[in-house]
Amino acid sequence: MNARQGFIGQSVVRREDHRFLTGRGQYTDDITLQGQSYGVFLRSPHAHAKIKFLSTSVAAKAPGVLAIFTGDHFKAVGGLPCGWLINNIDGTPMKEPKHPVLADGKVRYVGDRVALVVAESVDEARAAAALIEVDYEVLPAVIDLASAHKAPAAVHDEAADNRCYVWQIGDADGTDAAFKTAAHVTTLSFRNNRLVPNAIEPRAANAAYNASSEEYTLYVANQNPHVERLLMCAFVLGIPEHKMRVVAPDVGGGFGSKIFLYGEETALVWASKQVGRPIKWTAERSESFLSDAHGRDHQTTAELALDKDGKFLALRVDTTANMGAYLSTFASAVPTILYATLLAGQYTTPKISCKVSAVFTNTAPVDAYRGAGRPEATYTVERIVETAARELGIDPVELRRRNFITSFPYASPVGLTYDIGDYDATMRRAVELADTGGFEARRKASQAKGLKRGLGYSAYIEACGIAPSSVAGALGARAGLFEAGEVRVHPTGKVTVFTGSHSHGQGHETTFSQVVADKLGIPLEDITIEHGDTGKVLFGMGTYGSRSLAVGGTAIVKALDKVIAKGKKIAAHLMEASDADVEFANGVFSVAGTDKSVPFAAVSLTAYVPHNFPHDKLEPGLNENAFYDPSNFTYPAGSYICEVEIDPATGVVRIDRFTACDDFGNVINPMIVEGQVHGGLAQGIGQALLEHGVYDQAGQLLSGSYMDYTMPRADDLPQFTVETVKGTPCTHNPLGVKGCGEAGAIGSPPAVINAICHALGVKDMPMPATPYTVWQATNKA
Amino acid sequence: MALLTLTVNGKVVSRDVAPQTLLSEFIRETLRLTGTHVGCDTGQCGACTVHLDGRAVKSCVMLASQAGGAALTTIEGVAAADGTLHPMQVAFNECHGLQCGFCTPGMVMSAIDLVKHHPCGSDAEIREGLEGNFCRCTGYQNIVKAVAQAAKAMA
Repeated sequence: MNARQGFIGQSVVRREDHRFLTGRGQYTDDITLQGQSYGVFLRSPHAHAKIKFLSTSVAAKAPGVLAIFTGDHFKAVGGLPCGWLINNIDGTPMKEPKHPVLADGKVRYVGDRVALVVAESVDEARAAAALIEVDYEVLPAVIDLASAHKAPAAVHDEAADNRCYVWQIGDADGTDAAFKTAAHVTTLSFRNNRLVPNAIEPRAANAAYNASSEEYTLYVANQNPHVERLLMCAFVLGIPEHKMRVVAPDVGGGFGSKIFLYGEETALVWASKQVGRPIKWTAERSESFLSDAHGRDHQTTAELALDKDGKFLALRVDTTANMGAYLSTFASAVPTILYATLLAGQYTTPKISCKVSAVFTNTAPVDAYRGAGRPEATYTVERIVETAARELGIDPVELRRRNFITSFPYASPVGLTYDIGDYDATMRRAVELADTGGFEARRKASQAKGLKRGLGYSAYIEACGIAPSSVAGALGARAGLFEAGEVRVHPTGKVTVFTGSHSHGQGHETTFSQVVADKLGIPLEDITIEHGDTGKVLFGMGTYGSRSLAVGGTAIVKALDKVIAKGKKIAAHLMEASDADVEFANGVFSVAGTDKSVPFAAVSLTAYVPHNFPHDKLEPGLNENAFYDPSNFTYPAGSYICEVEIDPATGVVRIDRFTACDDFGNVINPMIVEGQVHGGLAQGIGQALLEHGVYDQAGQLLSGSYMDYTMPRADDLPQFTVETVKGTPCTHNPLGVKGCGEAGAIGSPPAVINAICHALGVKDMPMPATPYTVWQATNKA
Repeated sequence: MALLTLTVNGKVVSRDVAPQTLLSEFIRETLRLTGTHVGCDTGQCGACTVHLDGRAVKSCVMLASQAGGAALTTIEGVAAADGTLHPMQVAFNECHGLQCGFCTPGMVMSAIDLVKHHPCGSDAEIREGLEGNFCRCTGYQNIVKAVAQAAKAMA
């Protein structure tokens, strides 16, 4: 390996680690500004109530209080927007009730924001919040998603039946017709359990207004600062976009929950001008539970029609999705565009039809959480395929093989075109790694100990790097889905790269540097990756949907290509050669067939000290931008196998083996990719066995703390066997990459539940499969 | 307010503190050592873990005044004065035992305490020993690997 190249494909240790390991990370709460004041939100204790009376007069006189704001202050500004318009089956638009910054006469979930208290200290703000007088008229709460459409109360007056939309995709008549010809039909009804994202860094924001420049600065724990700025400026507060800078510094995990524009930071920005002081707010964990957008929460009935040979004929799916009390930023797209379009899975099922009813309830807003729609689709497909296999007595791997898509590109009946994949390759390798051949012997050994053992499979596909913008726009997206990159070559040949994607654990500073180092033939130390600051980065759509490398990385590659192209022209001038004869490799420009060469740094210096420069053809400088709008999604896929051992006396499920075999296309840093899979698996296994956001019928969040919501701990999880196959490179981006951030969370829940069902010989098992749930099933079976 | 005197990362420090001030608040707000993080305020997530007289404690569930006279080490004091990283820090880097970095300081403090005071012979022992610290990013696999590697280096 050349010392200066060959970084792509290497497990380079992370460049960002040093600051995190020595306590020098800079997260939002670590930033304290000159004249800092502190904000605390008074939140609703009721799921649904009218605010009959609200007085801040006593609280306002409490020590240290600078100002108190309520819904009245925000009447003139807009509501928090939803970024995706979904239409009903009849073509009418979804219901979009106003999502106020602070509650406007009514509260709609426990934790809804009622007032913002700004004080000299957090303690004083908290004490004053307790002095605000609110008289609530409690209304009946709508909690159960399945019966929300016939509940006696309405969360919003505009939606009397609590329906946000009823949407449909696929050939419904053709699907119904195919069912009539079926030799076998498998039916399942299940709940995809509500999850609380729980990034370990709570949401936080610090907003400041500079009266001399008339500019706002917002530090915020966020995954996409430019989108945050655009939504807040253009749709809510009316602040000129160029007068607002949003900085998302080090961010302690997001998993989707920090994509969205929330009322908290919006209120802070607006209030910072009124108060004339910077205001900082950091959520307590209990606030995070109540007010971060939750994930999943679908109720689904799925039917799979098969012919006598086990070929899938049709899939019919009916899903009710919980939106919570208000539409969060991308809530409407999750159970539609990001869910139903994935229902073909890895299979050639010719007819698919899916109807989705989205309902409002008096619970926290529900939006994208790691995988966002794709875990729910994979759960639907992989549970029903495995159940069909068990019902028909066909090996689950064999049944899948009979139905795998093997010819690409493949246009699915639910709107996507898969560019490439090799599903049998990952399945074959997963089966080898999991030693399923030895399962029967292990099952007998477990049986001898009075334990039950089961094997479960899952073959997922996901669509990453949501695109292209024109298609997304036609489907209702109100934002673009491109990415921007800028490569600034300094005179000495050092390079700063600006990316619109955002790293909050994904290791972009390392992975992106590897790409840049290889392209330019310079050492990693000569490269800085900048992200997360609208004041530095030209534009960006942020990080979600496993898009950063496939979309953001491609924008950087395009900018690098422009740098090299201009560099060649400068080098040609220096070497008195024609542009076409100049080659660039290993950081050196040379003239083909001669010994003439100039190093990269000589060209960059010439660009900025242009004494001997082709001024007639080129501008000085070496700084290039690129925007990249992909032509298609990317389609990572893989096969997961879970083997469980269950103690029927206690219902405790132990995952004995978990094997994940993924095709992510080309891989830049295998170590980082495996780490992403590990984390995804932990969240997926957490969903399957441990985690559950539970509301009681009055709308109180019962699992609202770490005492009640079971986060996976180190000893809850097995040692994973993870392998990335030498895969099928993506056909439409120059790096051939697909994305890896969500795969683990998408593929694992059905593998776990399939294994439990196999062990117990039951058809279904609700998530999370807690010991009590499993014990009940064992004792019923 | 009362005067609190203790040793912080090897230096004697005296500050006035209010009686209700938590140790985590004292570290972050009074001393401005922001490497110690607060992820839950109820002692479950472990992000706030520091060493007090050589043992790991969760600084969000004790009062600053309880630390009077003690030797406090935070993540900022783990590397040697010349910047040489502790074997645990090296292992976390080499094994990719961190992603977003937020739980990392507490995880490193807990892991050092674990290795110093318990045999870390098996992955299962390490997993049990780290039960008091949440990580939402890594699935713990590479943290376990890092602790096992550091345990060898520290032996």
